[in-house]
Amino acid sequence: MTGARPQSDSEARVARILAEHEGVEGGCLMVLQAIQRAFGYVPQEALAPVARALGLSQADVHGVLTFYHDLRRAPAGRRLVRVCQAEACQAMGARSLTDALSGRLGVALGGTSEDGVSLEPVYCLGNCALSPAVTVDGVMQGRATEDRVMAALEDAT
Amino acid sequence: MIFYVSADSASVSVGADRLAEALAAEAAARGIEARIVRTGSRGLYFLEPMLEVETAEGRIGFRPDGDIRAAVASLFDEAFSPGSAGCLGLVEDLPYLRRQERLTFARCGIVDPLSIDDYRIHGGFAGLERALAMAPQAIVDEVAESGLRGRGGAGFPAAVKWGAVQGATGDVKYVCCNADEGDSGTFADRMLMEGDPFLLLEGMAIAGRAVGASRGFIYVRSEYPAAIRMLRAAIDRARGAGWLGPDIGGSGFGFDVEVREGAGAYICGEETAMLESLEGRRGMIRPKPPLPAVEGLFGRPTVINNVLTLAAVPTILARGGAFYRDFGMGRSRGTQPFQLAGNIRRGGLVEKAFGVSLRELVEDFGGGTASGRLLRAVQAGGPLGGYIPEAMLDLPADYEALAEAGFMLGHGGIVVFDDSVDMLRQARFAMEFCAHESCGKCTPCRIGSVRGVEVLDRIAAGVQPQRNLALLDDLCTLMTDASLCAMGGLTPAPVRSALRHFPEDFRRPAAAAE
Ligand SMILES: Cc1cc2nc3c(=O)[nH]c(=O)nc-3n(C[C@H](O)[C@H](O)[C@H](O)COP(=O)(O)O)c2cc1C
Ligand code: SF4
Ligand code: FES
Repeated sequence: MTGARPQSDSEARVARILAEHEGVEGGCLMVLQAIQRAFGYVPQEALAPVARALGLSQADVHGVLTFYHDLRRAPAGRRLVRVCQAEACQAMGARSLTDALSGRLGVALGGTSEDGVSLEPVYCLGNCALSPAVTVDGVMQGRATEDRVMAALEDAT
Repeated sequence: MIFYVSADSASVSVGADRLAEALAAEAAARGIEARIVRTGSRGLYFLEPMLEVETAEGRIGFRPDGDIRAAVASLFDEAFSPGSAGCLGLVEDLPYLRRQERLTFARCGIVDPLSIDDYRIHGGFAGLERALAMAPQAIVDEVAESGLRGRGGAGFPAAVKWGAVQGATGDVKYVCCNADEGDSGTFADRMLMEGDPFLLLEGMAIAGRAVGASRGFIYVRSEYPAAIRMLRAAIDRARGAGWLGPDIGGSGFGFDVEVREGAGAYICGEETAMLESLEGRRGMIRPKPPLPAVEGLFGRPTVINNVLTLAAVPTILARGGAFYRDFGMGRSRGTQPFQLAGNIRRGGLVEKAFGVSLRELVEDFGGGTASGRLLRAVQAGGPLGGYIPEAMLDLPADYEALAEAGFMLGHGGIVVFDDSVDMLRQARFAMEFCAHESCGKCTPCRIGSVRGVEVLDRIAAGVQPQRNLALLDDLCTLMTDASLCAMGGLTPAPVRSALRHFPEDFRRPAAAAE
């Protein structure tokens, strides 16, 4: 997701996404989500074409982009670890699990390590009977442990 | 042989896919013909990963221990006989299931979630069929008779809401299902969407028929990708079979459903913020009035109900309002899917009539703490719900009884904490979470929660405890009285319950100096 990408290519991809959502009522959030799926984040350059296509101001689109925790304005690391921080997981040691992972990966919660692992909080994954819960690149672990999370990171790099 | 293994995302998170693969591989290696049906979850999460084998007597459960492939191999060696290691006996006879009253979750974990045939065989679409032959008002009356109240947290009578939308003028109306399920300790919506998605679609179609809506939206949080996939697949199949679409069952009634995905914002579970988000905007609270029943999605009259509310409706239509009403106590009628979570030995889903005591849920079903330590508190009702001390667990789980004691049932999640919990820290988290998730529209919530964190930090550090505890109390009063919605308005509930019932945790060693 890094390196030079030809301007025209990303513009074309945004245009394609906009075309796919043409006529969708209230489609701004959906369009931004689709852009993020395609790019890994929502590039600043996408705001103008999105605003134009949806008949909104750029400030409106920016407002939506900054409201939602899921939407990123910069790419995440190449690996993404999300550790549930909500109450049921707290009751099963989520805080010490977070600290342990933070130490092993060399990154504070909310940051990205030097070798590109992002460690992020999430508030409930609906797996509260099998806490603590973690996702590694979207794959969920219940009864998560430091070792299982690290193994998943080593598994498929 | 026929095997059943849950494909529910929580089951998968502890190895259900690996178990299904091992079964398939082992059967193939032995030349045994095996059909592996991937079901939803039974809600027996503490036993996952587990498998079930079809026998003449019923389904027998096994819980392979240790290395999955080796355990599966030895089960084949022993021909899955009841004496094999990890045998659970007849699954339906497990006390955890036998003592439940499963109405909404009757099929979940048993059927293939995407099989319309399975759904029909197990009584599916009987409610919608009946509703199609009824006058809209009669449907609302049937729901009124059942006493069904909203399962999303506020407990508002469903029929009153439906009646308002039915009576609202407008040729376009909507049914919106709130599947944001943001409360920690809750997973029943997810389990149902993954395990019995047709039930939700059927409930929505009945609601549409009752109020005169032809389109439905399901707003699902992005943390539930499997539920989103499952719902979309179920919608396709229901359309294919004529249970959704322009003319359902030749009745002339048309109804269709679209899934929209959230984007990680707890506040979008509040119904007006959800409408804003469905319309693609920032999830800011709308002032009420106008009520969504009058001016809801895209300005049209809109029914908004939680997943479990809508999923209770097919049973009510199929078996009658009186049947449903006969479960429960007081003004809390029917059954509630309780979710046992956190530090609990047997975490899972327990559907029981209202009125079961918290202690019965947490001890008899849940088996106490997972850690084996003393149980100190349970939080009911999610991050806006209070912390209930162990001594009060005999409270019955119904809306009024809990409210009278200053607590809230909410969406039915019960999170257990052992005696290692620091209640000051939990109170701080409540404020921190509110600061993180506030929509920012009003000051008591947006600023008050940030101040709350600071004050609690000072109390934790032993700085001027008397003064800061008084400040915290003022802050809680302000947030309760002056917030626009329940996010800011109820955040003081966990804080105050912690202060009231666990005051010892707020007495910290005094700071040396200021
Ligand atoms: C901060 C906040 C979060 C909420 N989250 C949810 C939620 O995740 N799911 C839900 O169904 N209701 C949630 N609610 C309640 C909804 O506003 C609304 O009452 C409910 O969806 C109505 O459906 P019901 O009558 O079927 O319960 C929330 C309310 C507040 C104030
Ligand atoms: S109480 Fe909080 S979440 Fe609710 S409207 Fe005010 S700022 Fe928004
Ligand atoms: S609180 Fe962590 S998964 Fe629900």
